[in-house]
Amino acid sequence: MDLNYGQEYEDFRNEVQSFIKTNEKVNLHGAKLRSPERVEWQKKLIDHGYFARSIPKQYGGFGGEVDIIKTRIIAEEFAKSPIPKPLGGQGIQMLVPTLLELGNEEQKQTYIKPTLHGEMIWCQGYSEPNSGSDLASLQTKGELDGEEWVINGQKIWTSTAKFAQMCFCLVRTEPEAPKHQGISFLLIPMDSSGIEIRPIMQMTLDADFNEVFFTDVRIPKENIVGERGEGWKVANSILGHERGSLADPNVTMTRLNALINLMKDETIDGQRIIDKDSFRDRLLKIQGRVLAQQSNSLRILSGQINKDQNTSMARLITKLQGTELRHELEALAIDAMGELGTLYENSPHLRDNGSWQMSYMYFLGLIIGGGTSQIQKNIISERGLGMPKEPKVQGN
Amino acid sequence: MYFGLSEEQVSLQETIKKYLEDQAPLEVIKEIAAGDELKTIEIHKGLLDLGISSLLVPEEFGGLELDLLFAAVVSTALGSGTAPVPFIGAYVMAPLALNLGGNRSQKEQWLPKIASGEVLMGIAISEFIGAREDSGINFKKGKVNGRALFAIDAKNSDALIVSNKAGQLFLVHTGSSGISQTELITVDKTRISTEILFKDVKAEILPESEKDLGIINKVIDAGRIMLAADSLGAAQVMLDKAIAYSLERKQFGRQIGSFQAVKHMCAEMVAELEPCNAMVWHASHCQENIPHEARLMACHTKAHISEVSREVSKTAIEVHGGMGFTDELGLHYWFKRIGLNRQLLGSPELVREEAAKIQNFDQASDDDNKGNDEVGNPLVV
Ligand SMILES: Cc1cc2nc3c(=O)[nH]c(=O)nc-3n(C[C@H](O)[C@H](O)[C@H](O)COP(=O)(O)OP(=O)(O)OC[C@H]3O[C@@H](n4cnc5c(N)ncnc54)[C@H](O)[C@@H]3O)c2cc1C
Repeated sequence: MDLNYGQEYEDFRNEVQSFIKTNEKVNLHGAKLRSPERVEWQKKLIDHGYFARSIPKQYGGFGGEVDIIKTRIIAEEFAKSPIPKPLGGQGIQMLVPTLLELGNEEQKQTYIKPTLHGEMIWCQGYSEPNSGSDLASLQTKGELDGEEWVINGQKIWTSTAKFAQMCFCLVRTEPEAPKHQGISFLLIPMDSSGIEIRPIMQMTLDADFNEVFFTDVRIPKENIVGERGEGWKVANSILGHERGSLADPNVTMTRLNALINLMKDETIDGQRIIDKDSFRDRLLKIQGRVLAQQSNSLRILSGQINKDQNTSMARLITKLQGTELRHELEALAIDAMGELGTLYENSPHLRDNGSWQMSYMYFLGLIIGGGTSQIQKNIISERGLGMPKEPKVQGN
Repeated sequence: MYFGLSEEQVSLQETIKKYLEDQAPLEVIKEIAAGDELKTIEIHKGLLDLGISSLLVPEEFGGLELDLLFAAVVSTALGSGTAPVPFIGAYVMAPLALNLGGNRSQKEQWLPKIASGEVLMGIAISEFIGAREDSGINFKKGKVNGRALFAIDAKNSDALIVSNKAGQLFLVHTGSSGISQTELITVDKTRISTEILFKDVKAEILPESEKDLGIINKVIDAGRIMLAADSLGAAQVMLDKAIAYSLERKQFGRQIGSFQAVKHMCAEMVAELEPCNAMVWHASHCQENIPHEARLMACHTKAHISEVSREVSKTAIEVHGGMGFTDELGLHYWFKRIGLNRQLLGSPELVREEAAKIQNFDQASDDDNKGNDEVGNPLVV
């Protein structure tokens, strides 16, 4: 056991901290995607190596060496501070790693840089009305017509489709092939004619996700990542990236500290909530679980540095555990506020801009999105514990 | 940076597990539970040969001077094997108490003999954490009076470490006149808890513990991490057994492990339990290396793993159906061990209360910068 990162890294931490201190006034609240302020901030983070650190310069990254510890230090320090975080989103978290791994040179040149810099927003067109957990049953159709793919069908729950310039999409291109082998991974410009987007109102009262309809949408033949019929493989190569990023324990720890402060500030009959035994015990239970997940994440980090360390089970459980815990943490904040916890939008007496209700609902969305908790448990028991798969239903 | 067990730690853990699998399989545990004391002595002796008593004793006193993580891996292995032997009190808490609280001559007198396995030292400090009924210990003019419940590893001991409510530590010879000891019969037949009555018993103070009231907390924290590790080991075995059984047992023409309800019970167990490994390692590491996190990690590790292991112990039995409920299958040995560990040195509720105190959550004065940095802030009530 050696938790020392070493002097080089402590120096690096200081450097990150002083960057954060210098920029603590930066506030992008309300700044739209692709707005000049956002793009400028993103560029600044890349120039300092605090984002896209190990992505080559030629693709718009910082061009540093892969250094997991530095990446971790950056994440830890940014999580502690209210300054704007680097842009996330499906383009950055999912598409960029996919292209780096499986894209051709031209695709890398064309797409990675504007994506990293926040100039090109992507949406993920996977789910369909009849294909959610059973994603591989998807039916949106792609046919090659000369030099173009012609796409017909419908996607649903497509987050940020309204703002996106591009969609990475799973499309059935080989109808005769078995279900997992008939899918291709296509890159579709969202301004193509034949695309219609209908926003869906969410329980949060935002409309981040959408239905996307494709009617004879034509895109160039070369807008495919990997070969025809390899789309399932391509998509799976990065699902892990998404899962790991959904509930970072460092962010949860920051949120826990905010909850502690909230429970010190809020009172009932003049008594602080944190001084009430029942609430305090719930808080401490959650704190124990956050600490367990943080220890687990250190183990995972160590597994990335020390290749002979097996951390596969530790990794397999993080999406399930992280999203469920975060949802419960937000729920405690609401309970601590009681009736006040139900306030939303711009109500009088609202606390923290309504962020507790917002996150409470948002994390329920993350429990469902990216593979539901039940699907996670299937994966953990089958891949992790070696238990049998569900017997196949005939004709499926 | 390396977060995990070293090769030596893994191999120590494997050695102890293997020893227990060979020498203390379930049939033997059952005989011991039925009262076969000779078997206990034999297994204890075998484990002494593997070094369990010398882990934490400094080299100058004949020990191995290893850090707490080694003790934690041993404790995990003992939990896996429901080992019917003294460890947490005699070989973790006692040497720590002596080493931190004792003077030179006390250390010279006792530590080498603990390391060599000649001396067994019990721990009677439950009353410092929370006195039940009218128990409690007083020290006056070199004499100890009072009653201690749930003493750990005290049966057949040569000496005892006792504490008063203020957290000072005292050493008494178990054979002294004025001591009487009664066995308590808990659900867990793999370890023995006792009640000890002290009537004007000659005692010597561990002098450093008088000056530094944080010492007792360090001893307790180490004990708590060991209990958590023991429960972790026990719960892991129960989970493994549940999975194995689910692949064997058939109903409705298929393995019960192919039913999703069963798969999800198992997935939930492992999802909760897996991070507990990292938590025990982390908490152990903090004790010697990251003092400002040490107390909080120890409390939370004890409380959290008590909760997780209780849930696993219940669910693993459910996966076995009626078989799980039988004495014959013996799952209850692990279940009950987890049950006792949960209450010893503070139930999760009490330990979380303490974690709150450490962070000054309980003080309306909002003096936030204190608690966390105050190492070994003594819990004087
Ligand atoms: C906030 C949010 C954002 C999203 N963003 C996107 C996006 O950008 N792009 C995109 O493509 N998709 C997105 N999704 C869709 C998401 O991936 C799906 O909702 C999810 O995979 C579940 O599919 P479904 O909604 O069809 O539910 P279903 O698959 O119908 O599931 C319904 C219930 O049945 C259970 N169930 C289904 N199959 C099994 C099984 N085999 N075993 C046990 N239980 C089962 C599920 O766990 C669930 O409880 C988003 C979803 C949410 C909530």
